[in-house]
Amino acid sequence: MSKRFEAYPYVWRLPLLIWQGLFFVGPLILMVAMSFWLVRNYRMEPDFVLKNWDRMLGRDYFWNAYWVTLWRATLAGVLASLIAFPASYALAFRVSETTRRWAIFFLIVPFFTSYLVRVYAWQVLLAESGPINAVLGFGGLGPFTMLNSGFGAMVGYMTLVLPLVVILQTFSLAAIDRNLIEAAWNLGASPRETLFQVILPAARIGLILGATFAFILSFGDFVSPFYLGGSKPPTLSILIIDTTKSGQQWPRAAVVAIMMIATLFVAAFAAVGAAYGRRK
Amino acid sequence: MTRSTFTLSRRRLLAGAAGAALTTPMINRAWAADPVQINMLAWYGHAEPDIVAEFEAANNVKFVPKYYAGGDNMLGLIAQSPPGTYDLILSDAEFVQQLNMAGYIEEMDPSLYPFDDFWPEYQKFPGHWTDDQLWSVMVRFGLLGVSYNSDVMTREEAMSYNAFWNPKITGKLGHFDWHLPSLGQISLLNGNRDPSPFDISEDAWEAVMEKTLSLKPQVGGYFDYGGTFASLKNGEMLAMAGIGDWITGVLQKDGAPVASVIPEEGGIQWTESYSIGKGTTKHEIINKFINYMLSPEGQVKSIKMAAYPGLSPLKSGWKAIQEADPAEAKRSGLIEGDDQSPIKLLSEGRLFFRDIPRQQDLEDWNDFWSEYKTA
Repeated sequence: MSKRFEAYPYVWRLPLLIWQGLFFVGPLILMVAMSFWLVRNYRMEPDFVLKNWDRMLGRDYFWNAYWVTLWRATLAGVLASLIAFPASYALAFRVSETTRRWAIFFLIVPFFTSYLVRVYAWQVLLAESGPINAVLGFGGLGPFTMLNSGFGAMVGYMTLVLPLVVILQTFSLAAIDRNLIEAAWNLGASPRETLFQVILPAARIGLILGATFAFILSFGDFVSPFYLGGSKPPTLSILIIDTTKSGQQWPRAAVVAIMMIATLFVAAFAAVGAAYGRRK
Repeated sequence: MTRSTFTLSRRRLLAGAAGAALTTPMINRAWAADPVQINMLAWYGHAEPDIVAEFEAANNVKFVPKYYAGGDNMLGLIAQSPPGTYDLILSDAEFVQQLNMAGYIEEMDPSLYPFDDFWPEYQKFPGHWTDDQLWSVMVRFGLLGVSYNSDVMTREEAMSYNAFWNPKITGKLGHFDWHLPSLGQISLLNGNRDPSPFDISEDAWEAVMEKTLSLKPQVGGYFDYGGTFASLKNGEMLAMAGIGDWITGVLQKDGAPVASVIPEEGGIQWTESYSIGKGTTKHEIINKFINYMLSPEGQVKSIKMAAYPGLSPLKSGWKAIQEADPAEAKRSGLIEGDDQSPIKLLSEGRLFFRDIPRQQDLEDWNDFWSEYKTA
């Protein structure tokens, strides 16, 4: 009897462990193993050679793609946080509970439609002959090249991450104890001081997590840099596609993927450390 | 009372309808035998209704396509499937030899196909034969040259690959995202014609890479099939390297101001052909289908294929399209003596079959393409 009782919590933990094992750890191990395999006649053959690592990491185009991806994802994280903050601040402090609830609902609605479909819609909007340039044209501006550029890709990243960042920021700002803000005012802090010395530190976790999610999602995204950025230049996810397309080089694609995962691990741990670490 | 009668009758209706639905397949089965399933590995469009529906209906067969995008992708799909998975394989000509070497296709009997009706230039297509053994039968082909927006560039301006460097299209030149056609075109521009733009020395390859890199400031993007269509149609790209009428032909029908020409330096030919998958048991019906596609009726369908147009390698195919759709025959140069006629281009030495690099590894070309994209 008592034995069964002890097993009880483990039974509840088991699905998660099985899930993680089957769909994360297992494939990860396979992918690491695969990065040492060879491709002969378009067929993968298990092996243990460093050729794929040597080949990919020894190429300038890999590192070009790596730095571009890292830079763009960082920029997406910073931009999304900056653009989201005024909206989140207003939702957290300036509107009624009902308005906030509706706003959160409308921030979730974009996720109802496929991201790919939304990106295709941007293709129409951003085109040189598209509506945005037409409106700018009335004011004597443009036409501007927005598609197939870094700007286009960034618009796509914002489409992907902005609602999520606003939601995370709003929740963390709304959870701040109002007494702290009032205390700051009572003690004579200016609005600026209140923002930087009370509100931002108190909402630190949500703000950092929002930026981190924006970074992670943008770092691995294929759709925006391809369909709005015109693969110009290619990011790591596009490089993975190129590598598999040409000669079925899944092992080399695995090298790229492992480098991406490693980078994301470092970024995620650093972010969690910054969010939950002790304050000075 | 009324209500219960209604409920009852609704139930009866539902029960009757369900019964009918369940028994209908049985009735159908009693009427006609299940169609024979033909598994086809092909580029998109080849097993769509505009091509196969009539043949399916007349022969009680059903095509089940597995579509691929690119020769590498095709070889990968076959390599990962057990023998006999595909009955019919539509392949680009340059990959037939690799299919053969890997033992994925069966030898074919030349006497079963109308080779006398082929233009002599296409009767013994390189790579399809080893001596007198036949491995693949050409069904259609197309030409890759300069594709351009005709509102911005004239046909005369497009008559050289130098058009890609034209200042009018700076930042507006698109690349079809595959190294072979684009690099082949630059190789032609560099004068690599003998024996072929794909059979070049190391020095010539260095020169091709250098010339290609000089094109970089002109480039607006690298596109897949869908992206190529969209960017040419919405005017985002004003010219495109590595494609031809197989894209602009479809857009023209839509009214877009785009066209393709084979420039003075010459064009590159893509070639699609049918092979019989090793291990199939459906030889008779497959051969019947290949012959159907080579017949004037099949060739007209192939020339006008909804997914992307193609040209006919058969004399009777030219005649058939000239009768069935003279405008299309004119548009695609399927008229003897037309300045874009593939037979004329071949006789002038201005048309080269797309190939894999002969003196370099395919990997080297691919690596350079990745480098070019990130440069």
